Amino acid sequence: MAAKYLASEKLPAWLAELAASRVVLVPVKERDAVVFRPYSEGVKPVLDRQANVPPKASIFPASESLMSFKYIKNPEDLGQVAVEVHETVDAPPTVVFGGRPCDVRGFNIFDRVYDCPKVQDPYYKARRENTLFVTLACEDAENACFCHWVGSSPSDPVGSDVLLTPIQGGYLVEDVSKRGKALLSSKLLADGSKRSTEAKAVHKAALESLGEVWNPEKAPAKLLEKFDDMGFWEDVSAKCVSCGACTYLCPTCYCFNVTDERSGMKGERIRTWDNCMSYLFTLEASGHNPRPTKAHRLKNRVGHKFSYYPDIHEGIFACCGCGRCIKLCPVSVDIREIVRLAVERPTAKPEKS
Amino acid sequence: MPLLEELKAQITRRLPELDLVIGWGQGYDPLHHTPVFIKTEADLDKLVFDPLCVHNLSTYLTRYVHGKKLGVVVKGCDSRSVVELLQEKLIKREDVVVFGLPCEGVADLGKIKRALAEQDLDIGRVRTVSFEKGSLALTVAGKNVELPMSKVLADKCGRCKYHNAVIHDEFAGQPIEGQSQDAYEDVAAFEGQTLEERMEFWREQMERCVRCYACRNACPLCVCRDYCIAQSREPGWVSQRDGLEEKLFFQMIHATHLAGRCTECGECERACPVDIPLLLLKRKLNKEILDLFDYRAGTEPDVKPPLLSFKVKEENINERGW
Ligand code: SF4
Ligand code: SF4
Ligand code: SF4
Ligand code: SF4
Ligand code: SF4
Repeated sequence: MAAKYLASEKLPAWLAELAASRVVLVPVKERDAVVFRPYSEGVKPVLDRQANVPPKASIFPASESLMSFKYIKNPEDLGQVAVEVHETVDAPPTVVFGGRPCDVRGFNIFDRVYDCPKVQDPYYKARRENTLFVTLACEDAENACFCHWVGSSPSDPVGSDVLLTPIQGGYLVEDVSKRGKALLSSKLLADGSKRSTEAKAVHKAALESLGEVWNPEKAPAKLLEKFDDMGFWEDVSAKCVSCGACTYLCPTCYCFNVTDERSGMKGERIRTWDNCMSYLFTLEASGHNPRPTKAHRLKNRVGHKFSYYPDIHEGIFACCGCGRCIKLCPVSVDIREIVRLAVERPTAKPEKS
Repeated sequence: MPLLEELKAQITRRLPELDLVIGWGQGYDPLHHTPVFIKTEADLDKLVFDPLCVHNLSTYLTRYVHGKKLGVVVKGCDSRSVVELLQEKLIKREDVVVFGLPCEGVADLGKIKRALAEQDLDIGRVRTVSFEKGSLALTVAGKNVELPMSKVLADKCGRCKYHNAVIHDEFAGQPIEGQSQDAYEDVAAFEGQTLEERMEFWREQMERCVRCYACRNACPLCVCRDYCIAQSREPGWVSQRDGLEEKLFFQMIHATHLAGRCTECGECERACPVDIPLLLLKRKLNKEILDLFDYRAGTEPDVKPPLLSFKVKEENINERGW
């Protein structure tokens, strides 16, 4: 790892340099929310807090066109209709700048689903290959943060190409991946090899600010054990209003819906974010819904993240501990509390009928 | 007896006839309260009441099957939603016991966030909170901060006409005297802009909408929920794309469905994770309803809401003069 130093006042110049040949997404403030937007001159990145919306859309857009199609009638025989289909892969070279370790760690959870030996999603893959992450280590945790519970940390480099750490006067800039190294050739970056200890102290302080670790290793088995304990799920989901904010803003939620949006003889097949907190998510064409209540649905969300996913992915939790589902939930449903209760509360035995 | 103790005593008395009572309790950090569901007397220890009790708990009333007996704790504005739900026959009077409170106002967490940001402090790192004589005292990142309540009070409280629950079976504490006027000045000011300016404003706001539907699901009067046309494919009225058109279209649907029903509790706006000022849309329609029908939703239990009734000739609409 090469350690470079970027003085704060050179940040706009570096962003401009990066933006010369690609889209650079930076966190910016709009009203009270922080969201990722393309950088251009004059845009002021907000680097002192976690963004409301993670940069998930950089690789997994909220809505993307998979293909466009057109029906063409045969003028000789109007009953005969041909379909013309065009695949539409949109993957511009992109750098995501100023996300947090939790924001980018999410894509490692995506990778095992969308880009693995069994399945390769061409849309996802193209964007993954064209997107680099310049991540900012956190200096101080927020109340809803718990990345240290799930094997991560405020300076976790996993998933990043470059890691920035705020130090006196600017940032220590370290390459994490080979692709990240290429970004470090800028003349704006000075030698930073003497300042690694400063950065290490920042990393340590940030980790300490998170407080005690709670180890969720028993969660996968305990959650499974509670599968039929609907009393438990009704209790912990009582206040949920089934909106879906928690999943849409989650860096590790990757479920989608596919719809054909057609008007007249042409249209698009699109893929959009979907979420398991919605009744329509599992509504079957027959009218049957295997997850009829919010209790069933919250069970799925928590179960997926802390039980089903780790069960098939070497124990890795499908949660990066970013805390967004806690702090942006309109009624403050706390996933930490649910997982903890699932482990600590005795499971009710199902009644024999 | 202090208000909270009185409330607890009332709930204790009514609990045997109820399946549960919905109130507020402490959330995951000192600034966040959260709905709590009281089933036994022991649960009463969780109950709190202070300006952080922002949620309108009446939103849960339609989430339980008819026949369940529910108690709900309401502030003045929240009680209007209960009235509206009753007027629309979405809940039954005999199924709910309303624990009404007098309310001097709740905090707007967005305003607290802004006030702290002015001092380079972050709302996510607030460690302690207390309310003292007209101000909110916080500790954040080792610093003590005092914010005057007037600076952090929700806008709706500044124009509140209904500090005391307008409907209640139990009422704890002393009713609050006095009320403010609401002349819809904010809406009038917005209307002072050109059409282009207004469109541009909404374009900018809706750009960041994630179509999460927190605005819809937090709303006590938005009751289609699971069957909302915004997502349903049968019928498939609204495209699932995330373009500005679709996002704004959905807000128009929500706002028009709430015209004359919306009690301006502000839950839609509060629930929005990306701070979109949705209440302005709702207030615009309510201003029209007030002008046309002289009606404020949820304030007169015995009146039929104007859009649920039919008159051959409306008093304030001069149809024949067009
Ligand atoms: S947990 Fe919160 S954010 Fe998620 S669906 Fe329920 S109410 Fe909405
Ligand atoms: S489940 Fe919650 S804490 Fe975990 S990654 Fe998703 S939003 Fe973040
Ligand atoms: S609008 Fe009135 S009743 Fe509602 S929270 Fe504000 S002051 Fe209380
Ligand atoms: S539309 Fe908004 S302000 Fe109106 S009742 Fe619903 S949540 Fe409350
Ligand atoms: S809550 Fe906000 S982000 Fe979510 S759908 Fe409503 S306006 Fe959009």
